[in-house]
Amino acid sequence: MIINKETIFTKDVANKKLKVVREFDASLDQVWRAWTESELLDQWWAPKPWKTNTKSMDFREGGRWLYYMQGPDGSRHFCSVDYKSVIPNKSFAVKNAFCDENGKINNDLPVMHWKNSFSKSGDGSKVEVEITFASEADLDKIVAMGFKEGFAAAHSNLDELLAG
Amino acid sequence: MRRDVFQAIADPTRRAILTMLAIQTMTPNLLAEHFDSSRQAISKHIKILTECQLIKQEQSGREIYYHFNSKKLKEVDKWLQPFRVMWETRFNQLDVVLKNLKNKKS
Repeated sequence: MIINKETIFTKDVANKKLKVVREFDASLDQVWRAWTESELLDQWWAPKPWKTNTKSMDFREGGRWLYYMQGPDGSRHFCSVDYKSVIPNKSFAVKNAFCDENGKINNDLPVMHWKNSFSKSGDGSKVEVEITFASEADLDKIVAMGFKEGFAAAHSNLDELLAG
Repeated sequence: MRRDVFQAIADPTRRAILTMLAIQTMTPNLLAEHFDSSRQAISKHIKILTECQLIKQEQSGREIYYHFNSKKLKEVDKWLQPFRVMWETRFNQLDVVLKNLKNKKS
């Protein structure tokens, strides 16, 4: 079976939700590992040229992943991911916030609630990410922040394309 | 108060007004007849939609007609574009990680 690698975005501005769906050419077990083991997350979570660096990881219900994203200019943005529920190989829900290097949450920046669901899809796997924001203004802020990273990523992709 | 497309479409009544105007132009009276809300409430929604440039008004004789401005609504998609790029980049990187995982196993 051919895996459809198109990323599908659904926005529900009224309900302050964004949904991202993507299929991967790998087993459910492998995809689950890539989303829950920090050594693997560090390799892909930050869109290039940003880098993810894990400070601590405790993947279990009630546990936390503390990491920072490092920008090409050396700037660091710390994030905390609190695991609210974990159903192995099926789904996990988290509270995602910005924080300082000790993990103290910065409440001036948007807090997001994520639910990531994993399922088998043909020979591959499907991941559904549902992001819920506390307010519409938060949704705006996150997209504006994604703007920065998204644009840097777009440029680095372009660089690769040109180099090839 | 913030006046942009996102604020405009966050309200269900305003979304309903937009849907109606997307089908046909309407006078304020005709529009208000479709809702249980007071005329005053509807005209407040119309005011917001006009300020956000999602609808335009046109005078024809003694009547005012409201038109839907679809160009403005497209901003919502443009606004999401960088977010989309970020996720696509992220997922392309994940493809590489998964490929490596697979190769290690076999």
